[in-house]
Amino acid sequence: MKTRKLILYGAALLFTLLAPFVMPDFKTQLATLWLMIIVALTWDMTGGQMGYNSLGNIFFYGTGMYVAAVICIALTHDVGEYTNAFGDHVYRFTDAQYFTGVALGILGAGVFCSVTALIIGYLTFGLRGPYFAIGTLGVAIAAGELVSNWDWVGGGQGISLPVFPYDLEQGKIFFYALFAATGTVIFIFLRWLYTTRFGAAINAIRDDEEKAEAMGIHTLRYKLTTWSIAAFFVGVAGGISAFQLIHFEPLETAYQTINLGIFMVVCVLLGGKGTLWGPVIGAIVFHLFKEVTWNYLLGWQWVALGALIVVTVVYFRDGIMGWLMHVRPEWFGIRVEKKTGEAMQEAGA
Amino acid sequence: MSAIIEIRDVSKAYGGVVANKDITLSVQQGAITGLIGPNGSGKTTLFNSVVGYHPIDSGSIQFEGKEISRIHVQEIARLGLIRTFQQTRIYKAMNCVENMLISLPHRKMRFLESFSRNSTADYENADRLLDFVGLYEKRFLKAGSLSFGQQKLLEFAMALMNEPKALLLDEPTAGINPTLINGLIDRLLRANREFGITLFVIEHNMRVIMNLAQKIYCLAHGELLAEGEPEAVQNDQRVIDAYLGAH
Amino acid sequence: MDQILFNLSLLGEYPIVNLKIVLDGVMIGALFALAAYGLALVWGVMNVKNLAQGDFVIAGGYVSWWLANQGVHPLLGVPAAFVVMWCIGWVAYKLVISRVVEKDLFTSLLATFGIAIMMAQILNLLFGSDTQSIKLDYDTLYFFDGFIDVPIAKLLGVLLATTLAACVVIFMKSSRMGQAIRATAQDARAARVLGIDTEKVYAFTFSLNSAICGAAGAIIVMVWVIQPFYGITHSIRAFVIVTAAGLGNLPGVIAAGLGIGALEQYGSHIFGIGYQQAIAVMLLLAVLLFRLIQQRRVRKSLQ
Repeated sequence: MKTRKLILYGAALLFTLLAPFVMPDFKTQLATLWLMIIVALTWDMTGGQMGYNSLGNIFFYGTGMYVAAVICIALTHDVGEYTNAFGDHVYRFTDAQYFTGVALGILGAGVFCSVTALIIGYLTFGLRGPYFAIGTLGVAIAAGELVSNWDWVGGGQGISLPVFPYDLEQGKIFFYALFAATGTVIFIFLRWLYTTRFGAAINAIRDDEEKAEAMGIHTLRYKLTTWSIAAFFVGVAGGISAFQLIHFEPLETAYQTINLGIFMVVCVLLGGKGTLWGPVIGAIVFHLFKEVTWNYLLGWQWVALGALIVVTVVYFRDGIMGWLMHVRPEWFGIRVEKKTGEAMQEAGA
Repeated sequence: MSAIIEIRDVSKAYGGVVANKDITLSVQQGAITGLIGPNGSGKTTLFNSVVGYHPIDSGSIQFEGKEISRIHVQEIARLGLIRTFQQTRIYKAMNCVENMLISLPHRKMRFLESFSRNSTADYENADRLLDFVGLYEKRFLKAGSLSFGQQKLLEFAMALMNEPKALLLDEPTAGINPTLINGLIDRLLRANREFGITLFVIEHNMRVIMNLAQKIYCLAHGELLAEGEPEAVQNDQRVIDAYLGAH
Repeated sequence: MDQILFNLSLLGEYPIVNLKIVLDGVMIGALFALAAYGLALVWGVMNVKNLAQGDFVIAGGYVSWWLANQGVHPLLGVPAAFVVMWCIGWVAYKLVISRVVEKDLFTSLLATFGIAIMMAQILNLLFGSDTQSIKLDYDTLYFFDGFIDVPIAKLLGVLLATTLAACVVIFMKSSRMGQAIRATAQDARAARVLGIDTEKVYAFTFSLNSAICGAAGAIIVMVWVIQPFYGITHSIRAFVIVTAAGLGNLPGVIAAGLGIGALEQYGSHIFGIGYQQAIAVMLLLAVLLFRLIQQRRVRKSLQ
């Protein structure tokens, strides 16, 4: 079992490293796949492991984009003038300025988002179940609308960022590497986190929050920490996306509530909520499905997305991992009561 | 012996229905105190007031000299006052050991300690307590597949795992196979004696509470009817009337 | 910022402007209340939180708009939308909702979100993404030297909404089906034991909700504008109203609906029309936070 796991992880790592060279035409798609994996894994932290289904995690993605862009620009230029220039004035960045901007922007995006998550979480974690989902959805929509009215960051036009200073293909590998590294880090991090007491505590919150409170678990503290960590990684992913996309605008790219915002939920549901591999598998399956079918659907792709959500939610709620657990429980070390007669005897006696 | 829980003049009404009226009682440190009364006499309401499930209208509730009638459930639990539920609440999708490990006293943990894994001592402690309640054989089974009585035992073991100062038990024997009741009484007594946990027990079954408690309070119609030693309460005409409905 | 201050000072200098804003808000708020009443019905009876509520409204609007383009009188569009949306609601119930009623709440929320996305996109493909409205050739009444203009079309809209609401309330109070619905809302299991076919009740309730939304949309297209992607904002408004008023509280729903309408008009007067969507959402957050603080005071959380 141990060696099989090692081989599996080794193969995954090898594939991650070689993929952009083996499939040079698909570098951007591979980078997007990693983005999906990151947002799916982070969504599952709250949605799957903690039972708090957020529809507003996209808020951190969009905010990460804007924070990264503003930091990168503000290091060398005046943000207000830059965003309102519209090509009247050509702003230049040296290589050094670009890479410092990228590094500080991405990190800053992560930190800013995790602090914001603490504040929003403090206000919204008293909301349970559907109220939390709607409340977070509200935060994401409100942020998109407000930012698109905020001229300092470019309003509805959005922001353009400097282009990767070297060869375009190198740029693609650069962004793939950033996404892949972030994704690998969060996967390893979560793999460890879910084995700690912390992981058990957030599972307890998911299964019965009232009981967890009655046992004295610091529920708010755990909820805030979990969301803040998730927000950090989503913010980082947003920051990377900002530099990868070069230009972005608030409603369709940054705070894309019904695109990526809902994709991440679908990925997790498809793969299996509350499992480590579920979000990863779900992201891969969903991304493949989307890339293969999207262009053949001729405008009906969004309808198909809606239908996919409905079908997954209604007929395939446990996802791929849940289905595997059901048919092969021994793979997951689950034991079920064999002698059901005993329990019945006692209850009936 | 000093009082660990002090309830003074507590009143609670739901709309026009008065569930508790001017109730004053105290639970002595290290003792087993019982709370009895017919259905609808306000026992569970009083319990819920103590553990913070709803606000009280007037009066004061103190735990170790600290006023707790305004603070929330988890803050009260973190003071070391733990309760079990009448309708047992356990984590049904997890196995017994996982249930036990979740119940580790988080209030005694520093934040960074929660990022560590459970130590061998924690596992041993979980096994020991599961053995104590007689669930050792079933420790790797999903808690949801246990019988109702076994789930109650598991919840009790989880509460012990939390190392509480005082434990509030809401009808620990309700729905339990009568043949197991003696074993349960024995374990409650041992938990009190060996682990030094103060017990405050709501109980419907007179026989159980007589064997268990050193002091008994009886509620009827939301008011305190009688208090005293088990024998005294048992022979109190008012208590008998209340139970027989001769009011 | 200067613009905002100017707009605020306008309200102080000309009190009559306030009256106009409130009047506009109340007239549109009546329609919000209608959709919110439908949501409260579905929420209360079958515990489904329908995120497609606003899309039912918009779809009803398009039914009426399409008929008007075919030469049908717009006022006939209201009953037409009611019937068409009844059928769509019934299909949605049979295909999707019936399978999520007993499941956890996020399931129904997400399933209806999926329906919402589908409906918005289908409307977009069928009718394009332009904003649409029906112009009714009725007069406009003027008061206070023309400061206040009340188009008769809007008055008619409010009248229609009130009539519809009254009909539904009477139906719920007096018909057998209405009684069955109310019984199911209180305790579905007890209702089943007493021989009520809850499956039928659920299907009826959801279809009725959809039809109410459709009719509201058919009125909205006459007095305001519709667009395929406005649905989510209407859904959020309905949630704001129901969250603020609580379930099974009809006067509360009406009051909250009118209030939300007026607040939104104030907001877009003060901050500019670009903030209209944002204001609706901010109101949601404000209401949620307010309810949260309320709950916290009684040692509870909002669930």
